[in-house]
Amino acid sequence: MSRMLAIIERELRKFFRSPALMLAAMVFPLVQLVILGNAFGGKITGARMGVVDYDGGPQALRVWEAFDAIGSNARTFQAIRYASDKQAQEDVRTGRIDAAVVIPPQFSRRVLAGEDPRIGLVVDNSDQFLSSSLEAKLQELTTALNQPQVPPRVTRAISLDLVELYPFIDYMKYLLPGSITLAMFVSVMIGGGLLYIDDKARGVHEGFLVTPITKLELVFGLVASGAIKAVMAGLVITVLGSLISGLGVIFQPAILAQLLLMIAATSFAFNAMMFLMMVRIEDPLVPRAMFGILNTLLFFPSGAIYPIHAFPGWLRALATVDPFTYAVHGFKAILLKEAGFQAIVPDLLFLVAIGALTLTLATRLFKRTL
Amino acid sequence: MAIQVERIVKRFGDFTAVKGVSFQVADGEVFGLLGPNGAGKSTLIRMMTTLIPITEGRAFIDGHDVAEEPDAARRCMGVIPQALTSDINLTVEENLSIYAKLYGVPREARKRAIDELLEAVDLTKWRDAETRTLSGGMRRRLEIARGLVHSPRIFFLDEPTTGLDPVSRVAVWEMLGKLKAQRGLTILITTHYMDEADRLCDRIAIVDHGELVALDTPAALKRSVPGNNVIEVQFQAPPEDLHGRLAALPGVTSVQDEGAAMFRVLSTDGSRTTTDLVETAVRMGVEIKSLSVQNTTLDDVFVHYTGRQLRDEAVKAPLFVMPPRPGMQP
Repeated sequence: MSRMLAIIERELRKFFRSPALMLAAMVFPLVQLVILGNAFGGKITGARMGVVDYDGGPQALRVWEAFDAIGSNARTFQAIRYASDKQAQEDVRTGRIDAAVVIPPQFSRRVLAGEDPRIGLVVDNSDQFLSSSLEAKLQELTTALNQPQVPPRVTRAISLDLVELYPFIDYMKYLLPGSITLAMFVSVMIGGGLLYIDDKARGVHEGFLVTPITKLELVFGLVASGAIKAVMAGLVITVLGSLISGLGVIFQPAILAQLLLMIAATSFAFNAMMFLMMVRIEDPLVPRAMFGILNTLLFFPSGAIYPIHAFPGWLRALATVDPFTYAVHGFKAILLKEAGFQAIVPDLLFLVAIGALTLTLATRLFKRTL
Repeated sequence: MAIQVERIVKRFGDFTAVKGVSFQVADGEVFGLLGPNGAGKSTLIRMMTTLIPITEGRAFIDGHDVAEEPDAARRCMGVIPQALTSDINLTVEENLSIYAKLYGVPREARKRAIDELLEAVDLTKWRDAETRTLSGGMRRRLEIARGLVHSPRIFFLDEPTTGLDPVSRVAVWEMLGKLKAQRGLTILITTHYMDEADRLCDRIAIVDHGELVALDTPAALKRSVPGNNVIEVQFQAPPEDLHGRLAALPGVTSVQDEGAAMFRVLSTDGSRTTTDLVETAVRMGVEIKSLSVQNTTLDDVFVHYTGRQLRDEAVKAPLFVMPPRPGMQP
């Protein structure tokens, strides 16, 4: 036991002596949180929409008025007048404008005669997100134009009213659980992966192995110290991230206790898993090569940045066994939904189980000799 | 017997690194293991220090079989690996303290042991300095102190002065001598440096291709080499038959052609052979560019037993080249 504490003491003294690990574990998820949080999930504004008006009649004027309304309110796009559809198409192609609307000749007459009037929309479909946003906006606009001037006394269509269970969650808040998990994972990758293999390569472990330390003391000491470091990384980023994305719930003691449990279970699971992956590795280049892959393989399928329900079946299967998924789910339940302790029990159980399983395997594979 | 090794064998797959080596090291003895790289020295020392399993044969440290009672053996010995492995961002004292804890030294004894060792290796005033601020020689002294925190009787050192400048090397030698006298240590040392082995060791074992090729005191080993003197001579444009003529001189036991018209002549009577050699050269009209006469050194012993120059091996490539640390790509 005292030997295990000596291993933990060494790791923690080193950790506090050089804060580089802590910083590296913090900076990446925080930068991601701020940049991705602001880059994604926003609404399109300031797009440029070319308008070719071959009609010039009163109904075309209604379209123009609607465009002007969008330009000065929602600001999704600004209408720019074009003389020919050829020129407008060319400009969409070259990116001078983002889309173009063509109001054909006889448009006003067809509207009045009820002869299936049409407006053309030219979009640059190489940018799915932008083009579908513009399309949706125009669809909305044409629906509005189709409304009769005098509303009927009885509603003819059933409309869907969306009831949102939780207060409006912007994308940065949605990302925060992933960022917390990622910070712990980066800390584990550096502490449990890089530094561990570097120590091995430098011969530090050789020094440990000539002492009467047992295999269990050494393994548990290394995993425990890694988990302590990951807990610290997780706590710091939970507080910082919550402040940045404006989540006040962390100041409630019950929430904080649940968070601590989740952070501890996640740190344990990640460290045990990393230890299993590194237990027979000697070459310091291997962890460096693995980390990009691991990060993609574990972080992205976890639902941290995109909902799991949008995944194809095989990716969902991967998400089911990915400990990241459970960590992210647990943090979401606590931070975004305040769903109570019951909601995180399955996550905690899975994380502790996977940690125990990988630690058992790693201990069996760990060699007490060089 | 402090160390007893009986027909010890190490096989890695098909390759046999150590082929049945036996030797004994008496209490209080300084025992040197000499050998070129790949000779099996490190494998041998790693088997004795419980770092790798023994394939065949047995090794005893202070009477404890390293395979049967590894922990008892570990408590009796201090081991200093070749690489400097103290943590550079911990202080000198912290490095020692953590190892004392790993060896299970109780708190009181720990404090006393660290005080004494810091004094012995002359690092008392650096006690609270971060290890990164120490010079190479000081770090080596710290490692030596680290190997002794649990007051072992037997001390293994793997190339303790590799990479040190001559002044630091002498300082390490003196310190080892002092520690040995103070603590009654038995020391097993591997080295590439002949002068180190000559100066420190009571007995030397020469290891080559996994076998013990010679084992004796430095003086006896030197005597065992045919020719007590070495004459190194370089000629200007020597004729073809010069080699034969040199070998035929009285007292000459061997002539090695070193290339570049340089010959290494071993003789039982250095001064006479030198005179004869110069006379022969004058008679043949061959100009002598340089000539030196010396007594047999351990270098000669080594060349004699292994057929190789150790000096070429002395410059070692580092065991590991660390890749740059901050190359994270999450």
